[in-house]
Amino acid sequence: MLLLTAAFWALGALAVVAGAAVFVVNSMARATYALALSFVAVGMMLLFFDLDYIGLITVLMMVMEMAVMALYMIMFMGMNPALMPMSMVHSKRSSLAAAIATFVVLAGGALLVPWPARRGAPDADVTHALGTALMGSKMLVMMTVSPVMVATIVAGIVLAAPRTRYDRFGDDLRARPAKDPQPGGAGR
Amino acid sequence: MSALTVVPATQVPAVWAPVVLAVLGALALAAASLDGALVARTAGTPVAAGAGGPLTQGARLLRQRRRTTLSADAPLWRLGTGGLLVVAALMIAVVPFGPWTLSDQGIGVVWFNAMDVMVWALVWLAGWGPNSAFSLVGGYRWLAQALAYELPLMFALTAPAVAAASLRVGDVAAAQSGLWFAVWMPVAFAVYLVGVAAFSVQGPFAAAAGADVGGGILAELSGVDRLLVGAGRWALLAAGALFAVPLFLGGGAGPGTSGDDALGAVWVILKAAVLLAVLVWLRRRVPLLRPDTLLEVGWLVLLPAALAQLLVVAVVVVVRGP
Repeated sequence: MLLLTAAFWALGALAVVAGAAVFVVNSMARATYALALSFVAVGMMLLFFDLDYIGLITVLMMVMEMAVMALYMIMFMGMNPALMPMSMVHSKRSSLAAAIATFVVLAGGALLVPWPARRGAPDADVTHALGTALMGSKMLVMMTVSPVMVATIVAGIVLAAPRTRYDRFGDDLRARPAKDPQPGGAGR
Repeated sequence: MSALTVVPATQVPAVWAPVVLAVLGALALAAASLDGALVARTAGTPVAAGAGGPLTQGARLLRQRRRTTLSADAPLWRLGTGGLLVVAALMIAVVPFGPWTLSDQGIGVVWFNAMDVMVWALVWLAGWGPNSAFSLVGGYRWLAQALAYELPLMFALTAPAVAAASLRVGDVAAAQSGLWFAVWMPVAFAVYLVGVAAFSVQGPFAAAAGADVGGGILAELSGVDRLLVGAGRWALLAAGALFAVPLFLGGGAGPGTSGDDALGAVWVILKAAVLLAVLVWLRRRVPLLRPDTLLEVGWLVLLPAALAQLLVVAVVVVVRGP
């Protein structure tokens, strides 16, 4: 029990230290993976609450996300691993003020709000309960969120991609296979 | 869920971890030796020397001095090279060996998935670390490939879990008492094997370490680091084969046992060994696949195929009843 408590606090400390390291290190890759480490620590802390599924999904999603994010960060910064060390912060004064204000509001809220006492008990199988909620009572939320997210992704790509379908399929959209700088493996 | 009256696995204390690690290590070494023997046979050199290649290479690399590059990002590099073996070991923590498993998690399938996603970060870090152009190209190739195989792999993992109505690996194994999942969901099994070969950076999916970019992620690796990456790739393939046994190949069930005794543990290892041998043989038969072509194949062929398979499984489960 003592060991578990110690592990929980150690993970909490790791999450905070790795999160702070994001702003201290001098390379995009290190900053990205410091953030990934912080999220992994948070995901593992969730396991201590018996939230196995949410904890593991946090680890899975965040590692995947950071792996892709690192590419974009480096692509836009155009840097080598360590030859071009650079600061990870800008607008120092205003961002520091925003960070402190956010911390005070959130921490103050956590400490000062009179939290209600717990009613009811957690389900024996919380993963099953989560699935039932998502596919049952919260289905409407999920069905609203999913199309919005997909539409955002598609719209983002349409806005960002320099080539349109006319570049790929010709003016009458009949050219097959598509004219792509990188031909795909499925011949489309 | 309620139909499963079998309690398939009891969790054994962590002192057994070295035994499980020894099984993984033996399988990985056997796979590397088989590959060495196959190479030697093709080249016409002594097969025994080829089979012993991994051991002699390992001994040579252990004695080799570590070479380093200018302004290498050493912490991230070491993380990427050393992490592969650790991830492979963590993957098989949830595999039930007959009645025993190291970690009887309720969501073991998700655990395996989370561990295989770790490889995304590790291989890229191995390419990023040395501050070398060819290594970095290898790292970027790897992430393009990862985007191609990961989603089909996720849905392939989902199919057995849906059929068993459980994310617990032991339950999935026990749900195949009548028919192996590999038999009635072959597409999911095939996509899973593609995913395993891909996250092990093996055979047709080894473009990240391709000879055309001077070895890619391996370009600057020497000594013990090179040994760790090589061993890690074989261990990942072995871990994927071990995990396929409870997921698709009926777990420990086989002639003489229903999988709940010591013979079940033997069957798990035997089945994994045979599957691993098939994978090693296949990896030499399929040419290297370019990550950019693979991307379209992954999203336009593998992903719809895996989703269609999942639909079939779901319909079967609904018609048959839980």
